[in-house]
Amino acid sequence: MRPSTIWYILKQGFKNIKRNWMFSVASVLTMAACIFLFSIFYSITTNVNYITRQAEEKVPVTVFFDEGLPEERILEISDIIRQRPEVENIVYESGDEAWEKFKETYFGDDSAAADGFRDDNPLVNSSNLQISLNNLEQQSELVSYIEGIEGVRSINQSEQAAETLESVSNVVYYVSLVIIIILLLISVFLISNTVSVGITVRSEEIGIMKYIGATDSFVRAPFVLEGIILGTIGALIPLGAFYFIYHEVAGFILRTYNVLSLSIDFISAPVIYRTLLPIGVALGLGVGLIGSFVTIRKHLRV
Amino acid sequence: MIDLVDVTKTYGTDKPALSHASLHIDKGEFVFVVGSSGSGKSTLIKLLLKELDATSGSITVSGERLGGMKHKRIPKYRRKLGVVFQDFRLLKDRNVYENVAFAQRVIGSPSRVLKKRVPEVLKEVGLSDKYHSMPDELSGGEQQRVALARALVNRPDILLADEPTGNLDPQTSDEIMALIDTFNARGTTVLVVTHNKEIVNAMRKRVVTMKDGLIVSDEKEGIYHEA
Ligand SMILES: Nc1ncnc2c1ncn2[C@@H]1O[C@H](COP(=O)(O)OP(=O)(O)OP(=O)(O)O)[C@@H](O)[C@H]1O
Ligand SMILES: [Mg+2]
Repeated sequence: MRPSTIWYILKQGFKNIKRNWMFSVASVLTMAACIFLFSIFYSITTNVNYITRQAEEKVPVTVFFDEGLPEERILEISDIIRQRPEVENIVYESGDEAWEKFKETYFGDDSAAADGFRDDNPLVNSSNLQISLNNLEQQSELVSYIEGIEGVRSINQSEQAAETLESVSNVVYYVSLVIIIILLLISVFLISNTVSVGITVRSEEIGIMKYIGATDSFVRAPFVLEGIILGTIGALIPLGAFYFIYHEVAGFILRTYNVLSLSIDFISAPVIYRTLLPIGVALGLGVGLIGSFVTIRKHLRV
Repeated sequence: MIDLVDVTKTYGTDKPALSHASLHIDKGEFVFVVGSSGSGKSTLIKLLLKELDATSGSITVSGERLGGMKHKRIPKYRRKLGVVFQDFRLLKDRNVYENVAFAQRVIGSPSRVLKKRVPEVLKEVGLSDKYHSMPDELSGGEQQRVALARALVNRPDILLADEPTGNLDPQTSDEIMALIDTFNARGTTVLVVTHNKEIVNAMRKRVVTMKDGLIVSDEKEGIYHEA
């Protein structure tokens, strides 16, 4: 195609949008709402997955021991467990250390409050072994092995936490999937309507073009372009806005939780946009394309 | 240039709009097609434009058989034809220059060619001073000149005109027909459907007369027959 032809088609595409601006704005707004919601749900689900994985990777298995079990015995058990092939790393945390950490977390600088417990460590039996694994799938195998060891009182598995997170994530995932699909369908419908108004308005011109010998693709191109432009603008606006919103919200949540000293972390905006941006733009573009194709097939007999 | 052999066109189940028509037109000829309303004249034009397909028979135009022509080929084929209608069919949102340039843009002519060719053909139809006028600002005759310029800007082999003077007063009709005649004199094959008895009788061209879908007469240097 010649540059002058491409230029001409581009101009016609934009002309369609302008001539028909109310429909165009409606399509773009619906598309934008759709992509915005998609962005929200996408970042929630990916972050939930990310946090779950983090939690799992940090300390998947914590082992607690019977009351009064001597430290030497715990360290012996630690050495036995360390021999297991599943184990990547094992860390011993004494009851005193656990108490220090707890104090730090919940009393902070207010050591006076904590002093009330002096010489009477309420976590004296909280000595534990924190085990990380080479492969999370071997977790249940290791856990049943450890359960068989004398002196072991209980085992905390991150799997439970992970499962809760995952089920929340699944609900979010399916609900958002349904909402997004509905919104996508509305977007397709609106874009298709917008394009069809354009086709109706220009039906005379299209007829003349055909007499003159315009190819099918030349007749269709401005309308396809119209759909693509509407869809892409409808994607870029919310993606741009969401970038800043995401940054702010993630920062806010982190600050709030840091006060509680829970160690969570979010995927940073630039990183999440490495996938979110192409997916969002592809969605907008795809919806635009489908919207215009549906209409062209129906209303543009060439 | 144009060859119809035993062509029949039936819309739905009605009686044929065109019935067993055979017609041969040579390169460079000027042919009037006349006949009462509903006799099948526009149907003939539509068949030639490949807007309709013949129900039976074969049509060959400019060396191309229209029956079984691939859909993709149709635009290329239509570029060999120029067409004008009674109602001009100009784009009302574009000026004279853009209406004519449109025909070149549609077929993807380079702008270099377009810039030379559009003024050239506008000069030929006598509209050199009207580039920027909008169709609404033109008289009927001027609008038909624009339509002619648009039909001819791509130098078609054949000009098809369906009642080109149907909306024009007698004097303007004469002017338009004279213009068509000059294009014919330069080599374009011309087929004009008309009800204009005076013009047909004055110009003494070949006249094909139709009645109820049949070609009832075909005369060289003919006159208008009330069919
Ligand atoms: N799309 C159509 N569907 C059904 N019948 C049609 C259609 N177009 C034309 N006809 C019929 O075909 C016959 C020929 O029509 P056509 O338009 O060719 O006549 P015409 O000679 O151009 O008439 P006029 O001088 O009034 O323009 C008429 O009986 C008309 O009713
Ligand atoms: Mg007619």
